[in-house]
Amino acid sequence: MSRITTRFERLRAEGRTALIPFVTAGDPSPDVTVPLMHRMVAAGADLIELGVPFSDPMADGPVIQRATERALAAGVSLRDVLAMVRAFRAEDAETPVVLMGYLNPVEVMGAETFAVEAAAAGVDGALVVDVPPEEADALAGALRPQGLDLVYLLAPTSDDERIGRIGAVASGFVYYVAVKGVTGAGNLDIDAVAAKLTEIRRQITLPVGVGFGIKDGPSAARVAAVADAVIVGSAIVGRIEHLAETPALIPDAIGGFLAELRQAIDAADKS
Amino acid sequence: MATIADDIQQSSAAPPQPGYAYPDAAGHFGRYGGRFVPETLMHPLAELTAAYERYLKDPAFVAELDNDLRDYVGRPSPLYHAERWSRELGGAQIFLKREDLNHTGAHKVNNTVGQALLAKRMGKTRIIAETGAGQHGVASATVAARMGLECVVYMGEVDVARQQANVYRMRLLGATVVSVTSGSRTLKDALNEAMRDWVTNVDNTFYIIGTVAGPHPYPAMVRDFQAVIGRETRAQMLERSGRLPDVVMACVGGGSNAMGLFYPFIDDADVRMIGVEAGGDGLATGRHAAPLCAGKPGVLHGNRTYLMEDDNGQIQDTHSISAGLDYPGVGPEHAWLKDSGRAEYVSVTDDEALAAFHALTRIEGIIPALETSHALAYAAKLAPTMRRDQTLVVNLSGRGDKDMDTVARLDGIKL
Repeated sequence: MSRITTRFERLRAEGRTALIPFVTAGDPSPDVTVPLMHRMVAAGADLIELGVPFSDPMADGPVIQRATERALAAGVSLRDVLAMVRAFRAEDAETPVVLMGYLNPVEVMGAETFAVEAAAAGVDGALVVDVPPEEADALAGALRPQGLDLVYLLAPTSDDERIGRIGAVASGFVYYVAVKGVTGAGNLDIDAVAAKLTEIRRQITLPVGVGFGIKDGPSAARVAAVADAVIVGSAIVGRIEHLAETPALIPDAIGGFLAELRQAIDAADKS
Repeated sequence: MATIADDIQQSSAAPPQPGYAYPDAAGHFGRYGGRFVPETLMHPLAELTAAYERYLKDPAFVAELDNDLRDYVGRPSPLYHAERWSRELGGAQIFLKREDLNHTGAHKVNNTVGQALLAKRMGKTRIIAETGAGQHGVASATVAARMGLECVVYMGEVDVARQQANVYRMRLLGATVVSVTSGSRTLKDALNEAMRDWVTNVDNTFYIIGTVAGPHPYPAMVRDFQAVIGRETRAQMLERSGRLPDVVMACVGGGSNAMGLFYPFIDDADVRMIGVEAGGDGLATGRHAAPLCAGKPGVLHGNRTYLMEDDNGQIQDTHSISAGLDYPGVGPEHAWLKDSGRAEYVSVTDDEALAAFHALTRIEGIIPALETSHALAYAAKLAPTMRRDQTLVVNLSGRGDKDMDTVARLDGIKL
């Protein structure tokens, strides 16, 4: 059983909602990322999404675009990201890590090489934003033999036909994009999210994470009431940007923010 | 015998060429093309594909499109025999397909007229577009003004600075021009930003992509709207000389004017098709915008195609004297035509393009766009190697008025 599935089963048994932070690997500099990952786990992260920087992040808003630019300016490549996961994994054998990014860096490395090296580094899954199931055959075929999950997005525009299609190929969990827009955008309409999750769960039994528009404890608590996982990206990355000139302060600041989210989610789970 | 006008009247609804059947149902040209976009856009793209396929077979839609192309754009555009330039070069007879004489001064309007009609039929009230040189932005703002649609144009900050006149034209036409400051601040970043807008406002917004790139159905749809260029050229050459041209040639950035010219000739195996990319300072310098000549396959902006990228898969900055060719990718159908050998792709440098710009201006009294000047520069190389009874058609895709500042600056003159 994959680390992702194991983790979600344990959370389900405990009646808890997962907290999944996203950070861009190498932002603001490569040496920050691994200590930050450990600090996030200590603060209550159940799974980590690690962004792979790409020059043309067309699904990302300004906050994550700038994080990407900082990481690229520091020379961070997909191979560097795999090395960070390997370093993290040396001290943490349990917390699942999912790489999130765009196809081209994987395509240039070669899907099979990527799958082999990612599995060896201790990566558990990949969410490739610009690969819908219709274009996923080659990538899925490379990841599956290595035991890596391919995580898919669902969106407010996904109708029943698309939900079924994605349910048939997804593994690990699915990521529901709660807002039409780019990362960091918009305000969450929790009633609309709840209604869509009901539709999704008619066809998909995997855990459903919800991201986009979760900015603080109260919004995390509202999502925790309906989702299996609360995914937070831009709110974390924005705080990292704020401390980009004083990177030593980043782990504690992000740890403090995650602890706040964790508390709000746990309170929601109990009520 | 059918006249050119008859041919054109019948032609907007003409089915694809009989032997050549790309893309497939999922939008693939061989291994290229496809639909590499976030999930949010998959359903809207399916809706767009359905609407496009339906209306292209709808006689009322086709009649409206044909009327607009005739009365608003000014089609058919002339096919002009550049006798003096041909004589001077001393080889093939060069014919210029005068897309520069279209309303708004370039081929771009053929596509925006078509997509705007589609937007209206689909009930969209807002259109967005990306632009490099500003020609597609102007063509989009123009049709938006005429149809009373809100229009937002994304343009890289670098291009805003070097194409001031077009920025002003778009604003006069009522469009909002958004200066894009992310990434390399050129056309590729404008495209990223337009995609972000579309994901956010997908319910009421129609994204008019200006070239034969992007996710399916855009490469096929833009090609089909631009194919009027090649259909007219074919009929005009047959009427004039009784046979097809030996060579058809066009500049390639994203590749819409080339694809529009090439498409109706694809099954005519004797017609050579040549696309001319922007060689910038020369391919060896790395400062260019020639992915077909010097790039590798990859995935960007929703499709698999040739790209300029580094060993880590990051998209590289490009360089060209012409903003409209300053793009690291190219339409996926060109990638397929290259690999299949049906079309040839070459490049010329900034300096060669500039020399051709001056040559055509002084010898024929036609000021071409700097983009177009790349095709003219290669025509000037190829024509002397051909016989005098052979013919070469260059798509004169746009006029050079927008480039006055750039050329004057090179001459040390501030306008």
